[in-house]
Amino acid sequence: MRSDPPPGPFQPTFWRSPLRGPWLTSVLGSLLGPAILIIALTGLISHDAYHPELRGNATIDPARDIAPLIQFPASWPSWIYALTQGIHITLGLVTIPLLLAKLWSVIPKLFQWPAVRSAANAIERLSLLLLVGGALFEFATGVLNIQYAYLWHFNFVVAHYWGAWVFFAAFLVHVVVKMPVVVRSYRARGVLKPLRDDLLHTKPEPAAGDSLVPVAPAAPTISRRGLLGLVGGASLTILLVNLGESVGGPLRRLALLAPRGRVFGTGPNDFQVNRTVASAGITPALIGPDWRLSVSARARTVSLSREQLMAMPQRTHELTIGCVEGWSTTQHWQGVRIADLAALVGAPPRATAVVESVQPSGLYRSAVLSTEQVSDERSLLALHVNGVPLSPDHGYPARVIAPGLPGVHCTKWVGRVTFVRS
Amino acid sequence: MSHFKDRYGASPLHLIAHVIGLAIAAYALVQLLGEKHWVNFLGWFLAAALLHDLVLLPAYSAADRIAGAVMRRLHVRMPGGDLRVPIVNHVRAPALISGVLLLIYFPLILGPGDAAYFSATGHHPSGYLRNWLLITVVLFGGSAIIYMARVRAARSRRSSPPT
Repeated sequence: MRSDPPPGPFQPTFWRSPLRGPWLTSVLGSLLGPAILIIALTGLISHDAYHPELRGNATIDPARDIAPLIQFPASWPSWIYALTQGIHITLGLVTIPLLLAKLWSVIPKLFQWPAVRSAANAIERLSLLLLVGGALFEFATGVLNIQYAYLWHFNFVVAHYWGAWVFFAAFLVHVVVKMPVVVRSYRARGVLKPLRDDLLHTKPEPAAGDSLVPVAPAAPTISRRGLLGLVGGASLTILLVNLGESVGGPLRRLALLAPRGRVFGTGPNDFQVNRTVASAGITPALIGPDWRLSVSARARTVSLSREQLMAMPQRTHELTIGCVEGWSTTQHWQGVRIADLAALVGAPPRATAVVESVQPSGLYRSAVLSTEQVSDERSLLALHVNGVPLSPDHGYPARVIAPGLPGVHCTKWVGRVTFVRS
Repeated sequence: MSHFKDRYGASPLHLIAHVIGLAIAAYALVQLLGEKHWVNFLGWFLAAALLHDLVLLPAYSAADRIAGAVMRRLHVRMPGGDLRVPIVNHVRAPALISGVLLLIYFPLILGPGDAAYFSATGHHPSGYLRNWLLITVVLFGGSAIIYMARVRAARSRRSSPPT
């Protein structure tokens, strides 16, 4: 026995926008889908850029992880991680208006009556809860994280990672199940043809009986192309006010709302800091004249002062630090090759390097460099930046800088490097 | 085949896709539910969907409807107002873009993340409220200029004799 729908949004006459319909949702979905794919892929690349396969690096328990390893050769340009992560963050932000429009276009379905029509409908609605909850959770936590608004108790990395799998699994199901609807809409109305209609010619979609098409449409106040233009305008605005923190240059002045859009002075140490010396709990004594770098491999340990390190061959490279939060900075770094430190203590061939900070505690006080990163010509234990000693906030007396290495693995205030057979 | 569809409500592919997808999602959820703050996670996950569907969307829809009604009345009274150039989207567009920017950047604009921001970057987030207001003024100003240009174009079309 079918009961009448409750009043309000459950009534089919409640939703009146003449724009809603399978074609509009198909167009929004066709734009949103590829964006989600790219954001997911660059997120996975970032997950793997931390080299979770090396003992000590993983935030996600590798025994339970299900991600394929996608890693670029260390020989690739040093800005490769800054690029992929810049895309992850920037495209994520730019996609938000599209996501909101897509959700707006299908909102009547949330209030369908009867609430469950069949077994297929029940299982689909469950997957839609994971899809919508997952999408909004991923976007919300990502957006808050890049602004340091930790309004939760859970571990962001763990929640954002596993939340992404929940979202992505439901997303793939949605693509498979809805593809026929998209194809049908495009066949019936053309891919772009409804965009020719101006406001006067904007009519409800002729797909009678589709739950998205209003039974009692209101007069249109905007055309479909106007709606897409509005979404595009919002996305373009977000792009303009955020992109500068990733690409720098003159665009940085336009990065009016980017979390790391600040324009610094022109001094050699005037660029973005992540974690200041004060917040890392580094006391002046820890990085004062008594500071020593301990380098060891097998049974051999060498202790080096900053002067002794400066007496070794110095190399200079222009290298990019890319942060997981999407901003990046490129500077001229000078210091000792990690490979030279390995040779100094007779490290075994194809060794990995465990790098530890003098920082007493903290999430990223230690990181493990892969064999490729250890042997790469451009991987440095930097002592200088842009011709002057590192400032304390940038890791004085010595910090790691290596191509394609996520920012927090470019360990600052290094106290110990241990080469281990991989 | 049609027997299956009658009982299940969709094709077998629909069921297969859902079983595989839901299995992966369930595995990921189990990993999260083993974490220390799993209740907090679950709350965020559900709140994200509920806040959007039952608060944000109804709120902006209502605001749009009210603003639209006000503007329709205003438009008729406005001297020289031209009904062929509806003003509604010239308010809607800047308001919506400004609103989305606030939705995304509210922690920096309104400041709840200040302490963590300072500890990471070494300076306080400043100027975000001013920048957001500036962008909002530019958006509304730009939209108003376009509107006036459209009204002027419509008027000159009307006053010029038909050719």
